[in-house]
Amino acid sequence: MRQFPDSLLDDSQIAFRETAIRFANDHIAPNAYEWEEAEAFPKDLYRTAGKAGILGAGFPEDVGGAGGTILHVIATQEGLLRGGSTGVIAGLGSLGIALPPVIAANDPMHIDQYVRPTIRGDKVAALAITEPGGGSDVASIRTKAVKDGDHYVVSGAKMFITSGVNADFVVALCRTGPEPHSGLTFFIIDRTLPGYSVSRALKKTGWRASDTAELSFNEVRVPATHRVGPEGSGFLAVVRNFQAERLVLAAYGHTSAQIAYENARDYAQQRTAFGRRLSGFQVTRHKLAEMWTQIVAAKTLNYTVASRIAAGETLIAEVSAAKNFSTIVAEKVCREAVQILGGMGYMRETVVERLSRDVRLLAIGGGTYEIMNEIITKSLFNPA
Amino acid sequence: MKILVTAKRVTDPNAKIKLKSDKSGIQTDGLEYKPNPFCENAIEEALRLNETHGGEVVVVSIGPSDVQATIRTALAMGAHRGILVTGLDDHQMDSDLVARVFAELYKRERPDLFLLGKQAIDGDSNQVGQLLAEYLEIGQACFASKVEIHGSEAIVTREVDGGLEKIAVGMPAVITADLRLNEPRYASLPGIVKARKKSIDEIDIRSLGIDTHLKVETVAYEEPKTRGGGVTFVGGVDELVGKLKSEAKAI
Repeated sequence: MRQFPDSLLDDSQIAFRETAIRFANDHIAPNAYEWEEAEAFPKDLYRTAGKAGILGAGFPEDVGGAGGTILHVIATQEGLLRGGSTGVIAGLGSLGIALPPVIAANDPMHIDQYVRPTIRGDKVAALAITEPGGGSDVASIRTKAVKDGDHYVVSGAKMFITSGVNADFVVALCRTGPEPHSGLTFFIIDRTLPGYSVSRALKKTGWRASDTAELSFNEVRVPATHRVGPEGSGFLAVVRNFQAERLVLAAYGHTSAQIAYENARDYAQQRTAFGRRLSGFQVTRHKLAEMWTQIVAAKTLNYTVASRIAAGETLIAEVSAAKNFSTIVAEKVCREAVQILGGMGYMRETVVERLSRDVRLLAIGGGTYEIMNEIITKSLFNPA
Repeated sequence: MKILVTAKRVTDPNAKIKLKSDKSGIQTDGLEYKPNPFCENAIEEALRLNETHGGEVVVVSIGPSDVQATIRTALAMGAHRGILVTGLDDHQMDSDLVARVFAELYKRERPDLFLLGKQAIDGDSNQVGQLLAEYLEIGQACFASKVEIHGSEAIVTREVDGGLEKIAVGMPAVITADLRLNEPRYASLPGIVKARKKSIDEIDIRSLGIDTHLKVETVAYEEPKTRGGGVTFVGGVDELVGKLKSEAKAI
């Protein structure tokens, strides 16, 4: 019998995680430090991961995926994070947010030319929503797509795009009408199209190995066949997408905390100060006990919400709560882990140091901490 | 070609093993299990032979129902179906009983090859393959680092003291896998999903009609002695060289 809260996962989810751990140990961990310092990882890694079937977690088998639910996705991401670099798995995982709107629209040409090659690792996909002029406020999107015969002419800019430098195509949210929400539509835009350019690769506090770009579209002529779903269907697709993205970010939170805690616990049992091991001091032991408690709580919440969603429930506020709670747990636990490691915890060669920077993004990406609270507030005052 | 291949589970080699207070065995509460690495080599070889020669790969194991997870991992790697002999806990077996169980499965399944790990990394007994071949009165090739099939013979390269030995055994035969036989593949994610639908037959050991008494009696387990302190610090390179010469006599 597995220990709680891992006992909330089934055998196939654990098996996904085991395969992901093996992949991470073989292909990520040995290079994590180097790639973090280089702020990039080789594009080949997508193909290696595709071949191992890693990229297909949670995608339906009839579009080339491995099948499974959001819990399988979470288990896979947990395993990959054992490689010690959130940046690498965020980069590898950019298809996780880029493909769902395309799969939902279910256009056979899109599935064959974009979805399948991406899951195989032959193409790199990125989701492009955020713009330089606004963050979490999706209704303020300004990138325009104007119909012109059998094309749309797309102009505008996108900001903080994960995998934006490496991406062979982006799934970009554009404005096809003036209505704040129902005027939004997704398009598949190939990087080879004239007018598409990567303005700059952005340097970040954490997630360093993932490439993050600012993109600009200068009158890019996108074939109308590359529109994802009918005009105006973009906003709903964004909302649907956010649920899975937020749960994955919540899982990054509890997993980062778990890894930092384990490192700190092991260090405390080896390191001596004032004539005894750090773990011999009650203050350290209690610190570790509290870290562990927080992690169990976060994992239990995340697994429970994810399993209910996999079972078909709609839990909007709970997903936001899971993301926020895991964010706080990750920040607290990583901070304490750095404290226990002391000077070593501030050195870039330790995973704890890296995680302590990486987790700062959790309160920002996929909707900020404050936006999550706004979403929760709505359910408090206007219960369903 | 039909192949039977073993998937034994062993305690996670990275976990810290604790003994029960009466020293009758190890504490298994909360212990994680992994597939025995040598069995993984055997499974990989079975799958490769299957890719070339076709047929069926059947994964066999013994233990409580939880061992289904270990078999399921082999099915996720690509094996076709599984057989789990239940009714015994992990510690209620010795090599001879395991060989007798496998011999019975052999008689029921009639494979061309029976592939096993050369040993399990928990008990390190290294006896099951040899005993099995003896009970079945068929050829054996243990510690295989290469397996080729030519007609009705398996050409097996074995790792022996001081080098490699190449032998031919007529099939059916028992082959045990050494570490250098191959690099086991991952259970791919699509493979894991497919494996959920593959069948694992559970057979109660009592229904096999074999003698189930143990030949090895375990008297007690003891923890290894904790290491005594060695010389861990030297003042500099000169002192290190001096100690290597005078104390360790290494140079």
